[in-house]
Amino acid sequence: MSVEMSQFHQVFFEEAQEHLQLLEQLLMALDIAQPDTEDLNSIFRAAHSIKGGSGIFGFTALADVTHIMENLLDKARKGEFSLSIQVVDVLLSTTDTLGEILNSYRSELAIDWLKVTQAQTILNVCLVDPVGDLSASDDGGLTPLPVVEPDALEGFGLFSEERVSSMKGSAQDDFGLFTAEPTLAVDPGFGLFNEPQLQSPQGGQSISPPGSAELASQPKAGAGLTKKVGNSAGDSTLRVETTKIDSLINLSGELVITQSMLALIGAEVPGELGERLQSALLELERNTREVQDAVMSVRMLPVSSVFNRFPRLVRNLAGKLNKKVELIVEGGATEIDKGMIERLVDPLTHLVRNSLDHGIETAQQRMAMGKTESGTLLLKAEQKGGSIVISISDDGAGLNRDRILTKARENGIMTEQSPADEDVWPLIFSPGFSTAAEVTDVSGRGVGMDVVRRNIEALGGHIVIESQAGVGSTFRIQLPLTLAIVDGMCVAVGEQVFVLPLVHIVESIQPSLDQLKTLSNQRLIKVRGEYLPLLDLYQLMALEPININPDQGIVVLIETSKHRFGLCVDALVGQQQVVIKSLERHYRRVSGVSGATIMGDGSVALILDAESLALQVKHLDGVTI
Amino acid sequence: MTKIENGNSSHGNDVDEEFLSFVLGDESYALDIMSVKEIRGYETVTKIANAPAFVKGVLNLRGDIVPIVDLRMKFDIGQATYDEFTIVIMLSVNDRIVGVVVDAVSDVVKFSAQQILPPPEFGVSFNTRFLRGLATIENKMIILVNIAALIGSDELGLMDLNTTAGQE
Amino acid sequence: MTKKILIVDDSASIRQMVEATLKTSNYRVTLAQDGQDALDRCKTQRFDLVLTDQNMPRMDGLTLIKLLRAMSAFARTPIIVLTTEASDDIKARGKAAGATGWMVKPFDPQKLLDITRRVLG
Repeated sequence: MSVEMSQFHQVFFEEAQEHLQLLEQLLMALDIAQPDTEDLNSIFRAAHSIKGGSGIFGFTALADVTHIMENLLDKARKGEFSLSIQVVDVLLSTTDTLGEILNSYRSELAIDWLKVTQAQTILNVCLVDPVGDLSASDDGGLTPLPVVEPDALEGFGLFSEERVSSMKGSAQDDFGLFTAEPTLAVDPGFGLFNEPQLQSPQGGQSISPPGSAELASQPKAGAGLTKKVGNSAGDSTLRVETTKIDSLINLSGELVITQSMLALIGAEVPGELGERLQSALLELERNTREVQDAVMSVRMLPVSSVFNRFPRLVRNLAGKLNKKVELIVEGGATEIDKGMIERLVDPLTHLVRNSLDHGIETAQQRMAMGKTESGTLLLKAEQKGGSIVISISDDGAGLNRDRILTKARENGIMTEQSPADEDVWPLIFSPGFSTAAEVTDVSGRGVGMDVVRRNIEALGGHIVIESQAGVGSTFRIQLPLTLAIVDGMCVAVGEQVFVLPLVHIVESIQPSLDQLKTLSNQRLIKVRGEYLPLLDLYQLMALEPININPDQGIVVLIETSKHRFGLCVDALVGQQQVVIKSLERHYRRVSGVSGATIMGDGSVALILDAESLALQVKHLDGVTI
Repeated sequence: MTKIENGNSSHGNDVDEEFLSFVLGDESYALDIMSVKEIRGYETVTKIANAPAFVKGVLNLRGDIVPIVDLRMKFDIGQATYDEFTIVIMLSVNDRIVGVVVDAVSDVVKFSAQQILPPPEFGVSFNTRFLRGLATIENKMIILVNIAALIGSDELGLMDLNTTAGQE
Repeated sequence: MTKKILIVDDSASIRQMVEATLKTSNYRVTLAQDGQDALDRCKTQRFDLVLTDQNMPRMDGLTLIKLLRAMSAFARTPIIVLTTEASDDIKARGKAAGATGWMVKPFDPQKLLDITRRVLG
């Protein structure tokens, strides 16, 4: 009975991907002058693992290339071959090639065999090239991959049947048993073997039975590195398909909806029964919340999984552009939802390329300005309140205000005479907008920034720009903590209910007439000595309100990253946790709205997007009252 | 609320295709039955601010937030009334669900490729881009709508420009 | 009595594949992801056969074999080390560590079954 191999392919692809990432990381971090032995071993093992699996599952192209790579790395870790920067570069580009081949297998596309042979050739060249230190007794380094022919050879052997073969590297049999007496090698009971130096996270295991076991010096396992390769750092982890987690999240979301339906019904049950019911429902609400948090945290992954591609990218790009750039990464441990991680890659990559291409100046330019020769690019992630903030900052030239304004006016999109900086920078997000003097092949085609902003908004986030000429720029991306659930305040305008995320609400008040004022067509409300602009939700949402006078309704005070204002509504309906349902799944983005939710009675309520509502507020600079 | 099973008809040239016929104003139309997910009566929708008038709003279809459009309003056909006879056809097009409001739903009809005549250039409320052709059943003319093209069109504007984020 | 086999390999895809293969012949299979993991299991269970890869993090195959041989429960257990090639050097080291035999990777499932039957009798 044969076993269907393809069921294991997916796991192999994921493993191979991880090995390739590890390879890249380790190669990048390698100290050429004094390479760490353990690192070399890990690098070797990564290549070896890929070779092993690809051989078994028949991914010949992968096996062929990794075989030679493995040879090279084996010699390197044994000290028979010293790595130079050129060789490391070759290894890095081989890793890239392996990634491409892996993707071809994964997507079932044709293999570019030309690339494969090229990769093999260049590795072989490294092996025989005098740049590397070859030990004279090496058998040429061009060992062909021993192909197991199932029909031709036995494939295995027992050592007792062993024939002495004087030829190195010729495999007569692929299997063998040594002798009938397997204990020959070990001399039990005598101190021939020393205590093994093993990392034991559980602390003290008595590995040594009464005749302790000796080991040839075994390298210590670097727990941090091995964590990636085979999950062996001592904590038990589980590989789970994302579809399973997604369905858990959906279900916990449905749980929230059902629980809020129950709460509605429960509120109508009178008397003592009603009280008991309501307190049980309160308990249910607590439990539901906990389940949700737990389920959401399953999908949370550290941002580092996005960030870790940037050292390589920055190195390559800086090289290409002939600029000196130092990349600082902070907050890699900050966790965000897995779904967001995947969708952040493209926008972040574009922003990083942008900073390198247009922001950071060349070394000469920098020194002429009195700046450090090397530019700094800071990639930072942090959690602030209910959001994750990811920022990309450079100490380069900053955005060119004049150029941007000229281009915007050319395209007819800026009519104000002297707009504030914060109104100028967002112009670069307009479609087709690019002020790059020349379109480099890196960025500057003008298709990038608008897509960047759209992608971020599609995640429910915002992007804000700060810039100072000659000093640098910062792109700040703000993302919601989770994709799925939000604590909200339900408000009503006329018949329609909307949800305002609690995270933006400062307080709600029933204003008195003397708190309200109008100034040049802008209504204001006075709160604790300060005047804030007022917006009417019925106007923003084109609805018929019950009241148009704020003093007869409720004003919700809202604070966003840059604005504070009051929102007039007819009434507060209540606070509840809502499941965010996408409007874009079947319809499209609606401005002022970040999604929709299903209320306890099955009806749909729109979830308001405080940040874009804030954009409706006109500036009140220099207003005296 | 009736549910229609998706037909198994293939779309070869010599094989009949199945269509769901419906009424707008006093004309009969039909659309590919494979795109029909469900048929419901008209229910309350949640209005979307600043959307065009023919986009009535969105409603909750078993957990999905689905837009409801009134083709009668969009193409100015007949009277856009909403009563107990008004029907909403839930369509599944390009992996999205959209509901279209119609006056009534008639039978499922079959046409072969030969029976479908090219649509006229004028005299039809819909732009010919959105039509597959004309056919007759018992002397009644039925206008075959290319519903996928219509729903996905810029004219209806139901979908965003492509983001690399794509769909959820 | 159902024979129990311990498979030691740091590659999940290979572990899964080997397990699926051996289970078709009704062997009871236990998986370990490296030498250390395998050793931990061997302290509380006996196995009729151990198949181990050589290159693994934390503890490699040959080390594992040497340690197992020092345990009375595993002094006579058949242990096969999976190697990348059948060079004399590798064979010699395997034998010195106390392995019963070797097998070259990549192998195909049928061969694995043949060997297993042969070794377990």
